[in-house]
Amino acid sequence: MYRVTGEPLNIDEIVRLVGRPGAGAIATFIGTARDHNDGRKVISLEYEAYPEMAEQELRKLGDEARERWSLCGMAIHHRIGPVAIGEASVVIAVSAGHREDAFAACRFAIEEIKKRVPIWKKEIFEGGEVWIGTQSGQRLGGPGKA
Amino acid sequence: MMVRVKFFAALRERVGQGEVAVDIPEGSTVRDLWESLQKDHPRLPGAAMKLLYAVNKNYVNGDHVLKDKDEVVFVPPVSGG
Repeated sequence: MYRVTGEPLNIDEIVRLVGRPGAGAIATFIGTARDHNDGRKVISLEYEAYPEMAEQELRKLGDEARERWSLCGMAIHHRIGPVAIGEASVVIAVSAGHREDAFAACRFAIEEIKKRVPIWKKEIFEGGEVWIGTQSGQRLGGPGKA
Repeated sequence: MMVRVKFFAALRERVGQGEVAVDIPEGSTVRDLWESLQKDHPRLPGAAMKLLYAVNKNYVNGDHVLKDKDEVVFVPPVSGG
């Protein structure tokens, strides 16, 4: 249910993982690689993870979501390695008896991923590359002023 | 005692390797280890980069006391999603 993988994400398969007879709704979130950021033209993205801990943190936030909302199933798959523009980097699927719970838990999951799951995104743009969220080392071979 | 430090993303690139073994005194904290690593690897960032600390795959505070064979990760700002 909670996976970090180097393979392209299969959205249908992830949605099927959370299908339940008692579910009246499945909410999904798909994060995709965007071709621009901060006024730069982005060529591609590359994700890196601390895989064992990332999967454990995904499971923990899934457990927290289950405590807060009435859910049937939850699955989160995050891709690592190179991700081409337009491809999915993360897929979250949440099933619940009712849509309010599914939507809320899905939103919670993506926001928490961005706060605490040990996964990093490198943006490769025209003229350089940068680890997003890292103030230092803005450019290849830069001074690393940190 | 020996601990294993893994580096990821920006820190891995700065150190030039993904993992190092470090000999540290008994009773050392995560913060002590970081200060010692900064001496050995001057390209590691200073206070400007806000790091989280993980020991054996769980987040801890900087004053967490390390044990022999711990796996320590200094987590640069995460950017998944």
